Amino acid sequence: MARIDLDLAHAYRPDPKEDSDYALLPLQMSFEDGGAYALLGPSGCGKTTMLNIVSGLLRPSHGTVKFDGRDVTTLTPQQRNIAQVFQFPVIYDTMTVAENLAFPLRNRGVPADRIKARVGRIAEMLELNGQLDQRASGLSADAKQKISLGRGLVREDVSAVLFDEPLTVIDPHLKWQLRRKLKQIHHELKLTLVYVTHDQVEALTFADRVVVMTRGRAVQVGTAGELFERPSHRFVGHFIGSPGMNFLPAMLDEHGALRVADQPVATGGVALDAALPRGTPFSLGIRPEYVAVDEVGDGVPPLPGSITGVVAQVQDIGTYWLLTARTGAHTLKARLPAQASPPPAGATVALRVLNPHTCFYGADERLIAASAATAGARQEDLA
Amino acid sequence: MELSLQGVSHKVGAQQHLYPMDLRLAPNAVTVLLGATQAGKTTLMRLMAGLDRPSEGTVMVDGTDVTGWPVRQRDVAMVYQQFINYPSMTVRDNIASPLRLRPSSGPLDRDAIRRRVDELATKLHIEMHLDKLPAQLSGGQQQRVALARALAKQAPLMLLDEPLVNLDYKLREELREELGQLFAAGESTVVYATTEPAEALQLGGYTAVMDAGELLQYGPTAEVFHRPASLRVARAFSDPPMNLVIAQGLGDRLQLRPGVELALPGQGGVTVGVRANALRVSAQPGDLAIKGEVELAEISGSDTFVHARTEIGELVAQLTGVHDFELGAPLTLYLNAAHVHVFDAAGLLTRAPERRGGR
Repeated sequence: MARIDLDLAHAYRPDPKEDSDYALLPLQMSFEDGGAYALLGPSGCGKTTMLNIVSGLLRPSHGTVKFDGRDVTTLTPQQRNIAQVFQFPVIYDTMTVAENLAFPLRNRGVPADRIKARVGRIAEMLELNGQLDQRASGLSADAKQKISLGRGLVREDVSAVLFDEPLTVIDPHLKWQLRRKLKQIHHELKLTLVYVTHDQVEALTFADRVVVMTRGRAVQVGTAGELFERPSHRFVGHFIGSPGMNFLPAMLDEHGALRVADQPVATGGVALDAALPRGTPFSLGIRPEYVAVDEVGDGVPPLPGSITGVVAQVQDIGTYWLLTARTGAHTLKARLPAQASPPPAGATVALRVLNPHTCFYGADERLIAASAATAGARQEDLA
Repeated sequence: MELSLQGVSHKVGAQQHLYPMDLRLAPNAVTVLLGATQAGKTTLMRLMAGLDRPSEGTVMVDGTDVTGWPVRQRDVAMVYQQFINYPSMTVRDNIASPLRLRPSSGPLDRDAIRRRVDELATKLHIEMHLDKLPAQLSGGQQQRVALARALAKQAPLMLLDEPLVNLDYKLREELREELGQLFAAGESTVVYATTEPAEALQLGGYTAVMDAGELLQYGPTAEVFHRPASLRVARAFSDPPMNLVIAQGLGDRLQLRPGVELALPGQGGVTVGVRANALRVSAQPGDLAIKGEVELAEISGSDTFVHARTEIGELVAQLTGVHDFELGAPLTLYLNAAHVHVFDAAGLLTRAPERRGGR
């Protein structure tokens, strides 16, 4: 197992000038030894490029890849001692399940008794131990992919195991069980795992830390909680969560008075971070889960931390209410518990957008600051 | 447009693909056909479109029997899973094509076509791509072009067969919202097939739940979700699955296992259905406490789905936001008797939670 350090870029052309000349923009990143990481983003974001650079299938146009401090940039996947699991099962149909699992070990001359012990352990973890003597050819797609996973995990001495959307062929009803298996296996084996996916559930469930990517850029590396609570880039706010984060234009005047969506907002005790610029527009980000909605009469002065809007739509999404409100040209979504009584369409409402969960973003789409009162803020507000 | 099916069934050889069903679609609204693959959704749509003829029964459109009329004689627009566009035509010409071929009302003049295409392209956010060829667009954009063309047809009946299935989830979320708004305008009767309960809930309108060639229940989407008539409907219309626990009715209470009881009336064997979001990790007065341990916490971002092994069996709880749980950690889930569904021995709903809100 290894710690992996990337300090590199990958360009389509020898003399890259613009962002669009890069498949992967210059980045510095480390995968800790024994950590479970996911690379998450929409198609074309660069996640597979990054995976292929880590594995050695692709040589970066600029910079270096280091394993435990050793420069491996020019080494092949074999020389780097990488195990890989792909979207579709890669197994030998004519071999038994046990022989398939043993293959990567036998290939490297591991003694027979060690092979037996290790294959037994992996098979048990993946619940393949009842099928060890069966031919792989007769098995279901799910079982075959489990063998592929097992082959990826069977060697103890690998630098890292890389997964490229490994659950694509798995029936949706079985996916959670395999996610659970992978998580358990990671806990037990402590291998360095890097997992590529465009599925946020898969990434957030599997990984200790998720690398969110868009347009060749890794915009945030964080835990599920960090990505949800403190997206460090607007893209993360938008991409994580359904629906994603709301964004509204905001500004502080020279006296520090706040305007959001063209309305004055009384901060009502929430201290704003000193890092917020004065006289320059920025944007306020608030997740639909954290917008409080109160029905108010027309002409009633706004509540602290709130803007006034009109309910455009109330949808019963079964397990929650999704309320869409408009204020001027802006739209804001709020997610209310299924037990709540949401105000009807057409009602005038106070939308509380300023609270410990509020984030602020600059013109470069990066997080400037979060409300100062955030220090102790936690998820419990939601429960 | 009013489409109704009366005693319609479909058989291929000895195989019954659709069992006889009556269905009167809510006119000028969206009806979601919800069911797993092989439930009969596509078969039913083909009968609606006139692509296939029912083995039995009649298809009525606005009071006229159209059974056996070929698709050419029907006024239907269709969108499939695979985006189908004319590869050699620009996006503008693709969208305009149905406007140029209008057998009933005659072709529109060029300015009118231009205006209509611009309007649709703007609605679907592809106005900047009108002069490109479909192959130059991403999958999501190509499907928008196919959707715009179907909308351009202004057919009184629009059939969409899992139109978003090949797109990534964020794009699906956006398009569902846009489509929901377009359908709510009430210009066409829309039928929309999907395997995903969340899609039905997001689109709203009406839902027809199908399973193994049978129509199980039809009604306003939220009503079907909150009052599934049977266990089969409840299973088909929940994601994550509704937790189902076998219980014994002891007159004034339901026993989930000795010592774990809900204060609800019942007699004999029943099934208690608990939606994942009815389970909580913090207690409220009057709650039943269920002890167990964490198997896995799946995190979607907005929700955490906790799979737990408990004293009454495997349960899934849906919690809002991101929560961390160690694998194997002890966990107590809380449940209020008012929030459960009860199904009788025949699998029929006898009790559903009362709904507040939705004024």
